[in-house]
Amino acid sequence: MPKKIEIKNLDLFYGQFQALKSVNMAVDGNNIVGLIGPSGCGKSTLLRSINRMNDLIEGVKIRGQVLLEGIDIYSSKLEIYELRKRIGMVFQRPNPFPLSVYDNVSFGLRVEKFKDKKKTAAIVEKSLKAAWLWDELKDKLHKSALSLPLYQQQRLCIARLLAVEPEVILMDEPCSALDPIATMKIEELMLDLKKDYHIVIVTHNMQQASRVSDVCGYMLLGEMVEFGRTADIFTNPKDKRTQDYITGRYG
Amino acid sequence: MDRHFFDELNSLKQELLNMGSLVEEMVSIAVRALVEHDVNLLETIRQNEARVNRLQVDIDEYCLKLIALHQPAASDLRFLLGISKINAELERVGDHTVNICKGISVVLEKEQVKPFIDMPKMVEIVSSMFKESLHAFVILDVDKARMILLRDDQVDQLRYKIIQELIELMKKEPEKVETAVSLILTANSFEKIADHATNIAEVVIFVAQGKDVRHHFEDPLL
Repeated sequence: MPKKIEIKNLDLFYGQFQALKSVNMAVDGNNIVGLIGPSGCGKSTLLRSINRMNDLIEGVKIRGQVLLEGIDIYSSKLEIYELRKRIGMVFQRPNPFPLSVYDNVSFGLRVEKFKDKKKTAAIVEKSLKAAWLWDELKDKLHKSALSLPLYQQQRLCIARLLAVEPEVILMDEPCSALDPIATMKIEELMLDLKKDYHIVIVTHNMQQASRVSDVCGYMLLGEMVEFGRTADIFTNPKDKRTQDYITGRYG
Repeated sequence: MDRHFFDELNSLKQELLNMGSLVEEMVSIAVRALVEHDVNLLETIRQNEARVNRLQVDIDEYCLKLIALHQPAASDLRFLLGISKINAELERVGDHTVNICKGISVVLEKEQVKPFIDMPKMVEIVSSMFKESLHAFVILDVDKARMILLRDDQVDQLRYKIIQELIELMKKEPEKVETAVSLILTANSFEKIADHATNIAEVVIFVAQGKDVRHHFEDPLL
């Protein structure tokens, strides 16, 4: 049985600059994978290479493989549209469309030309419930998403993802614009969602990585220095560089 | 780099070492009481005990504060857990030295029941195990810690021998029961100090390498 995601010897260049150096990593089982490391270490680049977001940047060159259930996502066997449907992404700042709450969540379905209004309504409700927004927004479905507070916007973006039933959710510092209470709510949501989805999160907040992730990777200068159980990384890391970063002796 | 936090860790370690010195002094007094029959220092031991008790509370409070405020991880977290564990071990060692001195006072009130041969032998090993365990912690020396673990069996064997002899004595000379029981309790207290030294050595291995060698889950010789 191939792993949900397997990254093998991945090199990535932005022009002459090598941002990823022979990275190996796997995402499988009901685990949340956390990626930590100092700014510029390549963790966001790695995350973005899992659903080919780096393709949008000019001069990017990739060597190695990113396999989704054994199929190389950089091969022609997988349409980019299909790939991004199966592997969704949540960004640092919530990015709802300037549409109503309802239209945001049903956006993916409309793109897919899904016409059944009753089923669409049911999917919107299910997705908002899964993102813990239904009770708060069920009477405001036609309100503009941009008028919501940031923490609701971020959960709305998650609901929008869930509506198209992705298999993997990539999160790029999803709480960096949120206060501690909103952060806690997103973290609880992640722990809830991990039963049904594979989640990879990039975070600057080490406590967040230790709280939510089951498996964790420490990256430095484009290298995956250590990848293992979060409990081990935070109590007894194998590599001195990980130890120095975790204990604040880095830099 | 959070220098402030590292300074705090160092001053916490210093506090624990101060407590260690006080307890080490108490162990030496207990040894003198037994070997040289000098029980005049019982008062000193009691004063030390009060200071050790105070330090135990202060050190745990300090650990709790650093864990809550700095959320340490990896070696720093193991270090703080280690300090808290050793803190508890030291306090217990202090208690045993008080019991030893009390027991020996009882013995000295009576005539000496048997020439101490195995007891001083055992006490010497115990006192060196205890000193070495603290030293191993100061320099986080895993090899030294592992050597301490190996010496615990020797102490157990000597204690067994001492107790067997004292049981024989009680059978032959029942009027000496009171003294013999005091000596058995003293032997037990010294043996317990060796156990605490062993626990401290296990903590040293945990702090230095993250390995839990308690209850032989991992072979200490590895």
